[in-house]
Amino acid sequence: MASAGNNSSALPWALVTPALAWTLLFFVLPFIAMGFSSLTAHEGRGFTLANYSQFFTDPSYWRAMVNSLEVTAIVTVISILLAYPFAWILAEQVPERWQRLALMLAVLPFWTSYVVRSYSWLLVLAQNGVINRALTGIGLVGEPLQLANTRFATVTGFVHFFVMLLTLTIFANLKQLSPSYRKAAADLGAGPVRTFVHVVLPLTLPGIMVGTFLTFVLCIGDYITPQILGGNNELLMPQLVMMQIGRRGDFPLASALSIILMAVVTIAYLACARWLKIERA
Amino acid sequence: MRAAVRFAAWVYAIAVYGFIFLPVVVLVLFSLQATSFPIPPFTGPSLRWYQAVLSDARLTSALVNSLLVAVLSSLASVTLGFLSAWGFARFVLPGSAILRGLITLPLTVSYLIIGMGLLVLFNWAGVPKSLLAAGIGHVVINLPLCFAIIYSQMGDHQINIERAARDLGAAEWKVLLMITVPVMAPAIFAGFFLSMTFSWDEFVISFLLTRFETTLPVEIWNLLRSGLNPKTNAVGSLVFAVSIVLVVFFELTLLRRKPA
Repeated sequence: MASAGNNSSALPWALVTPALAWTLLFFVLPFIAMGFSSLTAHEGRGFTLANYSQFFTDPSYWRAMVNSLEVTAIVTVISILLAYPFAWILAEQVPERWQRLALMLAVLPFWTSYVVRSYSWLLVLAQNGVINRALTGIGLVGEPLQLANTRFATVTGFVHFFVMLLTLTIFANLKQLSPSYRKAAADLGAGPVRTFVHVVLPLTLPGIMVGTFLTFVLCIGDYITPQILGGNNELLMPQLVMMQIGRRGDFPLASALSIILMAVVTIAYLACARWLKIERA
Repeated sequence: MRAAVRFAAWVYAIAVYGFIFLPVVVLVLFSLQATSFPIPPFTGPSLRWYQAVLSDARLTSALVNSLLVAVLSSLASVTLGFLSAWGFARFVLPGSAILRGLITLPLTVSYLIIGMGLLVLFNWAGVPKSLLAAGIGHVVINLPLCFAIIYSQMGDHQINIERAARDLGAAEWKVLLMITVPVMAPAIFAGFFLSMTFSWDEFVISFLLTRFETTLPVEIWNLLRSGLNPKTNAVGSLVFAVSIVLVVFFELTLLRRKPA
């Protein structure tokens, strides 16, 4: 929208250049640097594809990617299955005037520190933590269960975070639905179940896809939750990346692994984008 | 049937609320533990671990660092975001869509990768690890957010007010400061507060880009090495309290204004 049309054509560029320069200097340039770095050897000169071939040939590296994809898939599915009914209850069953409060309460722990939230789950799941005390207390199990430092713990910590996130997005989606759709379905003789399956669910599907993609991206790139709750028993990709920097100072390998991780996210994005378009058509 | 659905809905909702609040309740409860382990049985209430936190110079200086980085990086993000949003919304620029896409691109990349990239770049350019480096990273993640929020709120109806000011002889900088900024204040505040909360909580970029002087999430991370410790509970509860205050403030100031 052009408005000014005045003599100073330098003005618009003066406005947008700082932000563009910042993005180029501290986002694009680092990315290029990472690309270059990934093609060098940790020790030695010249360019090499060794860092990439190491990922594709070493099974333990592969394993980290497979673990990451498995955990992300499990987390995404469980989170949606838990969050959808919850968001539906908040949107449909809770009286209108309490909805804002109910929603705010439902996502309150979302605003606590991410590191602290994972630590809190460690407290709950520890060998002599709350859950094990409760289970042994009522005699359900004899010995405390190994809950912390397992994939179960990682998934639990993730699901806790993403249930809140997905509840927010699905709730917003459900509230945007005009009630006349449901009335129309009822008028045409559909029961509540049929209305839900054939009307409400398909209409909220795009929102679910957005939430799914968000969950995927945030989950697969997160280092904190698997490191605190999963420990080092099985590594996920972000842990593998951090390990290269922390223990060995191997920037080239860490760069290559980061780029591979990003490539996977990009593929997921393209897959989601295509799926979304088909859905809308 | 209806009553049964209602009952099931209530049971389900309470179960999910329980799941959501379980870790937070355990965290806060055992921050009041009187003995040295934050595990049952509960031996408090006692404030000794809060005292331990407040007398820990590393934690208090990390808290000040975190606030400093959050405020300054958010100010930078919102300033750059606002100026560019204004430029793109009010003027026709060649390649506008691509350039806007470029500014919002960092939103789609995980913090770990943004931090890694900066680490490699700074390492190569000889920039030492510091709070400034972490702050630069925080602007990278928050600038696109501020830009997107403010740009999306720049409606055409506000253009007319700006035109009126220009017709009445206001210089461009005067239009910006006296018309656009006040009109856009809610979006500017929203961008600023969201940036504050993200920067305040950000871990991995600060972890990669700082060394001696660091932010609170990194210092809490260091505390975790000592295992389960009520002191970690206490500092975690304090951080939670600060975030809640921020969010409630955000709710009351910004969302109240929305109808206007």
